[in-house]
Amino acid sequence: MVTVLDRDSELRRRAWDAAASVVDPEIPVLTIADLGVLREVVLAGDHVEVAITPTYSGCPAMNMIALEIELALERAGFARPKVRTVLSPAWTTDWMSEEGRQKLRAYGIAPPQASSSRRALFGEQAVACPQCGSENTELLSEFGSTSCKALWRCKSCREPFDYFKCH
Amino acid sequence: MATANIEVSETPLVLYALRRADDALILGHRLSEWCGHAPMLEEDMALSNIALDLIGQARELYSYAAKAEGGDNDEDKLAYLRDVRQYRNLLLVEQPNGDFAQTLVRQFFYSAFADLHWRAMMSSRDTTLAAIAAKSEKESAYHLRHASEWLIRLGDGTEESHTRAQAAIDHLWAFTGEMFAVDDGERALIHAGIAVDPGPLRGRWLQTLSDVAHEATLILPQNDWMQQGGRAGRHSEHLGHLLSELQSMQRTFPGLTW
Repeated sequence: MVTVLDRDSELRRRAWDAAASVVDPEIPVLTIADLGVLREVVLAGDHVEVAITPTYSGCPAMNMIALEIELALERAGFARPKVRTVLSPAWTTDWMSEEGRQKLRAYGIAPPQASSSRRALFGEQAVACPQCGSENTELLSEFGSTSCKALWRCKSCREPFDYFKCH
Repeated sequence: MATANIEVSETPLVLYALRRADDALILGHRLSEWCGHAPMLEEDMALSNIALDLIGQARELYSYAAKAEGGDNDEDKLAYLRDVRQYRNLLLVEQPNGDFAQTLVRQFFYSAFADLHWRAMMSSRDTTLAAIAAKSEKESAYHLRHASEWLIRLGDGTEESHTRAQAAIDHLWAFTGEMFAVDDGERALIHAGIAVDPGPLRGRWLQTLSDVAHEATLILPQNDWMQQGGRAGRHSEHLGHLLSELQSMQRTFPGLTW
């Protein structure tokens, strides 16, 4: 019995690691585990089912991510893996890991501010420049190159930058 | 047209999801018509992004409607294989883009409502509707802020932009009453804690409108005669033309996938 359990947890870990290695096609420094999109990996025998949660309603990356997960699992030796979408509870940028936020900053994208409450959506925003760290920044456009980003500009170092919006 | 229309068994729950899905799809399609034509690059991206959010919301709602129906329909069939009379969206969202002011006023009227509506739907007893609402309310909040800021700039801008913004408000006003109308089927869903009762939202909706209009030096019409029909499938002449473009690929090559 113990060996069966061990084998299952080992398989499950392998499946989780394979799925967790998939990156966001639009922000390739972030894995879906960093994003908080990967919710669950369920094993039934050798069959694996992965649950993910959509980010923005219209995010075109979700279809791509689902396909990439299937491919990653097949490469890891799981036959006919399934990807399921769960809506509830709804994803928020609060689920992004601290590691993910650091990766974003290093990549040149200002990470979402913690707590995606309406206050964060509408309150005074002080977004720090990912290049020089200055908070002397301004919003250029509410809607950026992808649905999750806004376009900002740093008034200290004069660099424009993307900001991953609170959601 | 090679493909026949599907039939939809419109139980109150299916109809409820379908109406909201149709609002989002049709408005999203209208906004997508600006792609490549907006007055500046940032605005081109903004309108396309908002369109993407709305079409995403529509997809979730269509999938849910299809599931609630329990038959062979799916999100694509519901979007591509229903004719004008089977569409249940508000007349407001199918109105043509007109000039930039008309697009923004239409967006402002709808977003101010959607923002309140999704927030209320988050406490629906139906967990799928509540989850869809939890995502959509944040998106609508961004859409509302975008439209509000533009309206203030247009209304309090030049004489030309002010005149156009006021004309758009006067023109679209009669299409706003439909947002707050409820039929018997929906009334039962409201009592069951599933659907949102839009009636009580009207006061706050009007407050948002008058706050922004005041800052924009624009005037909200006093007349309360309202045009209705979209929820029951009676549409303006504009929807048919929109659908002929939206559906042409599926009608010409049935079952086509990318």
